[in-house]
Amino acid sequence: MNDPQVSPAADSLTSDTLDTFPKLLLERAKRDSARPAIREKDYGIWQTWTWGQVEQEVRALACGLAAKGFERGDKLAIIGDNRPRLYWSMCAAQCLGGIPVPMYQDAVAVELRYVVEHAEVRFAIAEDQEQVDKLLAIKDSCPKLEMIIYDDRRGLRNYTQEYLYDCEDIQKLGRDFDANHPGFFLDQANTGRGGDVSVILYTSGTTGNPKGVVLTYDNVVISARNGIKFDKLHQDDEVLAYLPMAWVGDHVYSYGESYVAGFCVSCPESSATVLTDLREIGPTYFFAPPRIYESILTTVMIRMEDAGWLKRKMFHYFMNVARDIGGNILDRKSVMLRKRILYWIGNLLVYGPLRNTLGFSRIRVAYTAGEAIGSDIFDFYRSLGINVKQLYGQTEAAVFVTMQPDGQVKPDTVGTPAPEVEIKITDNGEVMYRSPGVFQEYYKDSEATAATKTPDGWVHTGDAGFLDEDGHLKIIDRAKDVGKLNGGSMFAPKYVENKLKFFPYIKEAVAFGDHRDYVTAFLNIDLEAVGNWAERRHIPYASYQELAARKEVYDLLQDCVEKVNHDLAQDSQLASSQIQRFLSLHKELDADDGELTRTRKVRRGFMADKYEKLINALYSNDKHCEIETEVTFEDGRKGSIRADLEIRDVSLNPIAAAAN
Amino acid sequence: MVTAREFNHVLLDVEDVSLSFGGVTALENVSFDVRQREIRAIIGPNGAGKSSMLNVINGFYHPQAGTITYKGNARKQVKTHEAAAQGIARTFQNIALFKSMTTLDNIMTGRNLKMRKNFLLQVFYLGPARREEMEHRQAAERVIDFLEIQAIRKTPVGQLPYGLQKRVELGRALAAEPELLLLDEPMAGMNTEEKEDMCRFILDVNDEFGTTIVLIEHDMSVVMDISDRVVVLDYGRKIADGTPDEVRTKPEVIDAYLGVAH
Repeated sequence: MNDPQVSPAADSLTSDTLDTFPKLLLERAKRDSARPAIREKDYGIWQTWTWGQVEQEVRALACGLAAKGFERGDKLAIIGDNRPRLYWSMCAAQCLGGIPVPMYQDAVAVELRYVVEHAEVRFAIAEDQEQVDKLLAIKDSCPKLEMIIYDDRRGLRNYTQEYLYDCEDIQKLGRDFDANHPGFFLDQANTGRGGDVSVILYTSGTTGNPKGVVLTYDNVVISARNGIKFDKLHQDDEVLAYLPMAWVGDHVYSYGESYVAGFCVSCPESSATVLTDLREIGPTYFFAPPRIYESILTTVMIRMEDAGWLKRKMFHYFMNVARDIGGNILDRKSVMLRKRILYWIGNLLVYGPLRNTLGFSRIRVAYTAGEAIGSDIFDFYRSLGINVKQLYGQTEAAVFVTMQPDGQVKPDTVGTPAPEVEIKITDNGEVMYRSPGVFQEYYKDSEATAATKTPDGWVHTGDAGFLDEDGHLKIIDRAKDVGKLNGGSMFAPKYVENKLKFFPYIKEAVAFGDHRDYVTAFLNIDLEAVGNWAERRHIPYASYQELAARKEVYDLLQDCVEKVNHDLAQDSQLASSQIQRFLSLHKELDADDGELTRTRKVRRGFMADKYEKLINALYSNDKHCEIETEVTFEDGRKGSIRADLEIRDVSLNPIAAAAN
Repeated sequence: MVTAREFNHVLLDVEDVSLSFGGVTALENVSFDVRQREIRAIIGPNGAGKSSMLNVINGFYHPQAGTITYKGNARKQVKTHEAAAQGIARTFQNIALFKSMTTLDNIMTGRNLKMRKNFLLQVFYLGPARREEMEHRQAAERVIDFLEIQAIRKTPVGQLPYGLQKRVELGRALAAEPELLLLDEPMAGMNTEEKEDMCRFILDVNDEFGTTIVLIEHDMSVVMDISDRVVVLDYGRKIADGTPDEVRTKPEVIDAYLGVAH
């Protein structure tokens, strides 16, 4: 471990003197001036910037900001899709001793206002007109916000606000400023120390207002180094930056680890082209929440059903082979020679081409995190030879808490503690950790900080879980969500919901049962999967609402629910959690309507209030229930939809162990 | 609002144009002008002669009487490809794309008139033709970027939803870098969101490239929002001409659209 010469991570910058991103950038520009640092697809072509060019861009931007009065300690709000300039603005702010505050690009104006106000943002950089419009809408109510810079000038030609600047103009200004103040930039860039605040990341949070997680350079840089060491990342790795910049995962992977390990990050052309861009780039290191893996798998399955007879046969035959032994081959366990040969043929005919189509040909390490992933989905990728692993992390930990080491991957655990992370389980089952990545505080919220972090640095995760016999962590549910049925048995809603969501037809599920006699659920169909299923059966529909309410779809869902019940009945602990009644919601749950967080987690309290009427109906004998719901459109306008929802009863399985 | 804009230079002047098919009169003594850089709408009920008017402007129909002056040159008869060469591009009411070709290829066809290298060079894809192709591809990519259709670049247009096909068709017209863009019901059959997108693109085209736009549209609210001036046709005759506000209040227009109370 102490031998950097032979370690694959030798090209990483691990020196203790390189303790901030500005210093890391300067060193990269010196050592790897001509190596690619970041790419963006524009006008159909991948445009590349080398580390040397990135330094120049960051320098111009930083000097421009300084010329406009940006001072040490100032916050720079960043909002937009993953764009090279927005990543550079992060480093530019840090060069000046400022603090970048990336924000979720799909946040509506009110949400932005809270963050901009709370973080006392003076400067903001926005990707395009859409984001500028949102910032302009809140400008009057955020007196501290002085200046808005934009990256893409499209449509902004006729905006006359004097505090609105084109990023190129700021950079031009910066180059002049740099020429007139030689030494200023280097002086500023070298001033920061590892213990300084490097970034504030606002977590979406399932309750209340978002909280600003304050991380220092040490938090991010040391976590990045540990991650790099753990997965042996190096300069030649390729990463696609497509997850929100405000999310800690992207911050550590696309920014932190890229600067430390020196690998190149690619920004997709637009959010709609991510899957195409993925195929073109062929990343070696990939990160995605389970829903991305799910939707890719759904697409594959739909396309296979449309394929010819021979291809379909071949696909299913070899997928069975892969399911049987693929995971073992990936984990380098012993496999019979005959099966090995079969897998080799399958690789030639099915797995290889499929990996290539998906853009997963070169993947060495892929992670899933944020939510539990269905074991079917997880196994699908691993059996194809794609090294998908689970990771358990938090913004408060600068991502890493536990991760699955190569060769020790179990679908139902989230792995062993990451390097330098300590884990303990409290008496009531809550998971706690301590690590070099542990955040400093919630910005301006000492009360919440004290409630989450102990004085000696242990952090409450809020998740209930336990360590299994091999030291792997298993997460059951949010600690506060684990409840009890009136009969006295345990009810873990997330566990039930995840089982439901593992069916491709079910996109979202919300289970109820705490302090109730039995368990019920709301289901959201997956429009793409169910739509395709319906087309195949010539079932007409005009809208989501109509499709979701069709009798045939209800039958389909009932089938899924019954299978879940069958599974649950196998476990005496969970058998009482079988779902007795369910309904199919008339609208998709949406973060804009407050039903989900920006990272698509269900906000239970909110749901319970908003749909009280439906829940009451689920716990009555009614066969249907009328409801009117307010919806928010993408441009912020509101409307309402009315529906009469059917409620289905589902048969229960006898509890396996106990005789009735 | 765009009402405050001033335009002085007349780009296209239509004078006393009459067009009939056998006994059916499509247009009768219609006159109006289109000024450089403005968005000019032609509206009217079904069968009012709107599409015929566009077809006259781009040379598809030849009027029996009247003159059309484009960029100072009066012409009685012009062929469609000559009109295109002079910088007039159009889209169609019923999308006229090559369905089995990709979005990119369809947009590239819009560059056809700008291809200068001879057929032989193109067939063998030799040096100059290759360089030229790259230039055209760049131009096409700028259009794709502008219309935000990167995700469907390689998708055959036949597989696209209607609203996107309309956008691709606009893209093909834009690829020709026209001075005058004729849009035949660009918003027909679209949902509200698609209409809003299309409005934004039309305004952006006008704003970014300085393209003069003549558009036919059924949806009154759209027309009134984005046009500088409006011509109203009814049974082949012009019944009103002016800014949206002027036109909106004219009794003849209200009658034509809502019917006359008897």
